[in-house]
Amino acid sequence: MAPRALDERAVARFEESVLPQLGAAYNLARWLTRNEHDAQDLVQEALLRAFKAFHGFRGTDPRAWLLAIVRNACYTWLRRGRAHEVTTPFDEEVHTPDGDVLNPERLVLKEADTTRVRQALEELPVEFREVLVLREIEGLSYKEIATIADIPVGTVMSRLARARGRLQIGLAGPPGGGVAR
Amino acid sequence: MTCQEARSLLHAFLDDELDLTHSLDVQRHLDTCPACAREHSAQRALRTALRDEALYFRPPEGFTTRAQAALRASAEPVGAAARAGPPSGFSWTRWLWLPAGALAGVLAVLVAPRQSADDLLAQEVVASHIRSLMPGHLADVPSSDQHTVKPWFNGRLDFSPPVKDLADEGFPLTGGRLDYLGGRPIAALVYERRQHIINLMVWPASRDMDRPLTVATRQGYHLLHWTQGGMNYWAVSDLKEDELKQFVRLVSP
Repeated sequence: MAPRALDERAVARFEESVLPQLGAAYNLARWLTRNEHDAQDLVQEALLRAFKAFHGFRGTDPRAWLLAIVRNACYTWLRRGRAHEVTTPFDEEVHTPDGDVLNPERLVLKEADTTRVRQALEELPVEFREVLVLREIEGLSYKEIATIADIPVGTVMSRLARARGRLQIGLAGPPGGGVAR
Repeated sequence: MTCQEARSLLHAFLDDELDLTHSLDVQRHLDTCPACAREHSAQRALRTALRDEALYFRPPEGFTTRAQAALRASAEPVGAAARAGPPSGFSWTRWLWLPAGALAGVLAVLVAPRQSADDLLAQEVVASHIRSLMPGHLADVPSSDQHTVKPWFNGRLDFSPPVKDLADEGFPLTGGRLDYLGGRPIAALVYERRQHIINLMVWPASRDMDRPLTVATRQGYHLLHWTQGGMNYWAVSDLKEDELKQFVRLVSP
């Protein structure tokens, strides 16, 4: 067994670099699961998993590292419990609005109150939702998002463009109504 | 730049991910093309809506504390974990099913035994010990020389803590620092025993009465405290209890 003092130092080091990212972890999990209780459990679970893997972490970005682990936990959870969310492989093209819906008149955002924005964002496919949450709400760079979502930077850009298009359509619909699918 | 090119770069432009040359090209296009400019401003409006602080989900109150407790428990050996906190599989949301009345009952039971002053102090001592183990927090004056450590406290405290190097006895002094416990600044002396750190916290006792050694265990740490010669002493470490007692006998023969 490793000396306890070393364990304590590992805990302290982990707490110093990873624990401050707990807010970002919770925000992401909350958006991906769309419910508070599972978000808490999944972040907790991810945190313990992160701690076990911490000795192997050599990167300089503990936030992206923890968020990638949280994201994986959330996707596993989505696959397990919410088969319909992620059973069909995500296809950017299928989930993308065609050209004429993107006409500028429809894209002007009118009186988008927070509730409507939240609802429209929650109704997006999870792959679109996560890039928007990471970019706009968490304020991460393409590179960081690419690391977390495990996709190329170019895909981050195209997915963001499509996600924004989808979100605008959702917001252009009648207040309180669903999103055009 | 054509509209098509501008549109393909618009999101990277918006996200500040373009190099300067491309960024200027897109900007020039936007200055001359009303349709693309309109799209750009629609995207900016969307961004503003998404950056609303209200869309950032904050963890519920106490979440970080609970997560930290579970983390510490998982990092401890099995026996200690059982004493110190919830096992790693613990899910607190399970308790949300409890009706409010039952929950109040549970809380009452948890709160009922009012914590004594010593309990509270013990908590502070453990917290201070854990904090001291974080990088860069262990010692303000890293020195194994008691004649360096003791004078360092002059002018920093209103008392002079007894400082002994116990290297010959297997407990080398490694430094000292100022800390704050029980509402007053105190001296913390740092000793090592193999890989283990011992914090010895010292401050003047309010009453000039010796108190015998008391032993407690918290979160897997052993705490020994006593009062002697007008000084309060708390020794805290993850060292085995009998070794820590040996240390205490050397400090206060």
